[in-house]
Amino acid sequence: MSADIVSVTGWGRTAPTAARLIRPRTYEEAAAAVRNCGARGGIPRGLGRAYGDAAQNAGGAVFDMTGLDRVHVIDAGSGIVLCDAGVSLHRLMEVLLPLGWFVPVTPGTRYVTVGGAIGADIHGRNHHVSGSFSRHVLSLELLTADGEVRTVGRGTPLFDATTGGMGLTGVILTATVQLQRVETSLMSVDTERARDLDDLMARLTATDHRYRYSVAWIDLLARGTATGRAVLTRGDHAPLEALPNVARARRRPLAFRPARLPAAPAFLPEGLLSRTTVGLFNELWYRKAPRARTGELQRISTFFHPLDGVPHWNRIYGRHGFVQYQFVVGHGQEDAVRRIVRRISERRCPSFLAVLKRFGDADPGWLSFPVPGWTLALDIPAGLPGLGAFLDELDEEVASAGGRVYLAKDSRLRPELLAAMYPRLDDFRALRAELDPRAVFTSDLSRRLAL
Amino acid sequence: MKDAFGIPQSLLVLGGTSEIALATARRLIARRTRTVWLAGRPTPALEAAASELRALGADVRTVAFDALDPDSHEVALGKVFAEGDIDMALLAFGILGDQAHDERDPAGAVRVAQTNYTGAVSAGLVTASALQAQGHGSLVVLSSVAGERARRANFIYGSSKAGLDAFAQGLGDALHGTGVHVMVVRPGFVRSKMTAGLPQAPWATTPEAVATAVELGLRRRSEAVWVPGLLRVVMSALRHMPRTVFRRLPL
Repeated sequence: MSADIVSVTGWGRTAPTAARLIRPRTYEEAAAAVRNCGARGGIPRGLGRAYGDAAQNAGGAVFDMTGLDRVHVIDAGSGIVLCDAGVSLHRLMEVLLPLGWFVPVTPGTRYVTVGGAIGADIHGRNHHVSGSFSRHVLSLELLTADGEVRTVGRGTPLFDATTGGMGLTGVILTATVQLQRVETSLMSVDTERARDLDDLMARLTATDHRYRYSVAWIDLLARGTATGRAVLTRGDHAPLEALPNVARARRRPLAFRPARLPAAPAFLPEGLLSRTTVGLFNELWYRKAPRARTGELQRISTFFHPLDGVPHWNRIYGRHGFVQYQFVVGHGQEDAVRRIVRRISERRCPSFLAVLKRFGDADPGWLSFPVPGWTLALDIPAGLPGLGAFLDELDEEVASAGGRVYLAKDSRLRPELLAAMYPRLDDFRALRAELDPRAVFTSDLSRRLAL
Repeated sequence: MKDAFGIPQSLLVLGGTSEIALATARRLIARRTRTVWLAGRPTPALEAAASELRALGADVRTVAFDALDPDSHEVALGKVFAEGDIDMALLAFGILGDQAHDERDPAGAVRVAQTNYTGAVSAGLVTASALQAQGHGSLVVLSSVAGERARRANFIYGSSKAGLDAFAQGLGDALHGTGVHVMVVRPGFVRSKMTAGLPQAPWATTPEAVATAVELGLRRRSEAVWVPGLLRVVMSALRHMPRTVFRRLPL
């Protein structure tokens, strides 16, 4: 077990702080690390894909859980896997796809751990059908502040505090997860364009239920009548008979070989993502999308994880990093979505990774993000002048519409707004106070927002 | 904790009546800052500054602190850090002195040096070690363009700021990788009560402009900030000017 003082940031590369990085290789080492983590506590960390400060702990310990990465048991008949929390979804796909199983929920990157997926209660393009990750977790083993390991089953308060609990209830050691049956490793994808925001929301409302996976890339730099124009990509796992007879694919329908480009260089100049370049990109991206195309076969990596093709893509934002803003407002709050999209587009935020999606039913995690309604996620360079105050205004809009922002992506929320956004916050605080009175599990996020 | 834009939630001001510091505090309170500690000599002015900031909605507390008494720094500042993390410490105390008078009165000159330099060295080291222990935070040091090259008209003050500036730069390098960020701020002539009655120099600026530059520097995690920014070029030129020419400049 090694420990070094290192500077830690989230994927957005803002607000670095220093911590002792401890990489346990056994459960015993993990328990010892928790017991001995000192006055400033510790926080588990997976692959560091949370955008903000969720997996950093200034002056304390950060437990790098990627050293515990064994897949213990796969029940290939019923599609259940028992694995360490440090296993990545990428690894699970490598192991499970040849057996005809797929992870129940995948976010926009495969490089998250199972522990992180539970801690942030992640969602994917199938949320309107499958809910968030925690819906598919049958049980988990949690290393709590007293150094003991508890088996936590569904329907218990500790389970609901841990799913979406940002690692603040303890270190997840293992999880048992129900998988999704697939016949092939390809996706059958329908693509269509929406000419503006109203068109987009109408299309999503009318036909989302036909697809297991649905997402819309939205051009937030388009203005005027084109405000909110978008490209919808929706689909499902391709059945075996959808594969062409002659293709090699038929012989190895479950092959999983995602391609990767070279990593983004470590030092890139500021301002690569300006209004001009992003505007140009968005224009091309919109134009190159077909007006309507159905049944296109795409690889899993192309459909779900296009950015994983460029390792360290977050470096393109330069050394000041970027902020990811994701909020959700309920059904019936379409006007709030319209107002926010109009404000972002009027402000000309150079955002090329913006997606709009309709969420389905919520899961019971107390700090779990998804609620039924509309969610918009966008990336913005952190150096944009006046961005902090602008996002504060959007927060007010979101909060007054009864919505919330996503803690796994947050790096700047005003703490006063948190309780309004997460009504179960007091329960979460009370459970933590009882389970972990010395606040052993502490992160920069929990300090900033007084979680 | 600081947010993604480097804005602190808690602020410690060393030299709690400094106009630049208070302008900075006002600006940061308007964004995120909720807790403010004003460290300074316990005077009515310090309490007045505290109530002014309280009116803006911050939780403001004062702590007795004397730059000229380095032995007391550890205790005074230790009390502040014991109450909770400090996301940003602003080292703002300093005196201008009276050049003409102090040249005849070495004790007065020494007082300038002890306040601006040795006092800051002591408070800076105490603060830096506390920030290092918490693994995060910004130490913002108010230097001056006067420290960039000593001028005939104010070399006593200038030399003290030169020492402070060099100290802060070195401290920043020493703390690199510890999570602590040190930023040196070099304003030009700032119109304030400290410079009241002095002839105004070119590129004069205001405490509010310095506060704006500090906020920008925090966001960019800058290591040095000039106010106004043009002074970086101007001072670079002056710095490389031959002595014989520099001496004759009407500065």
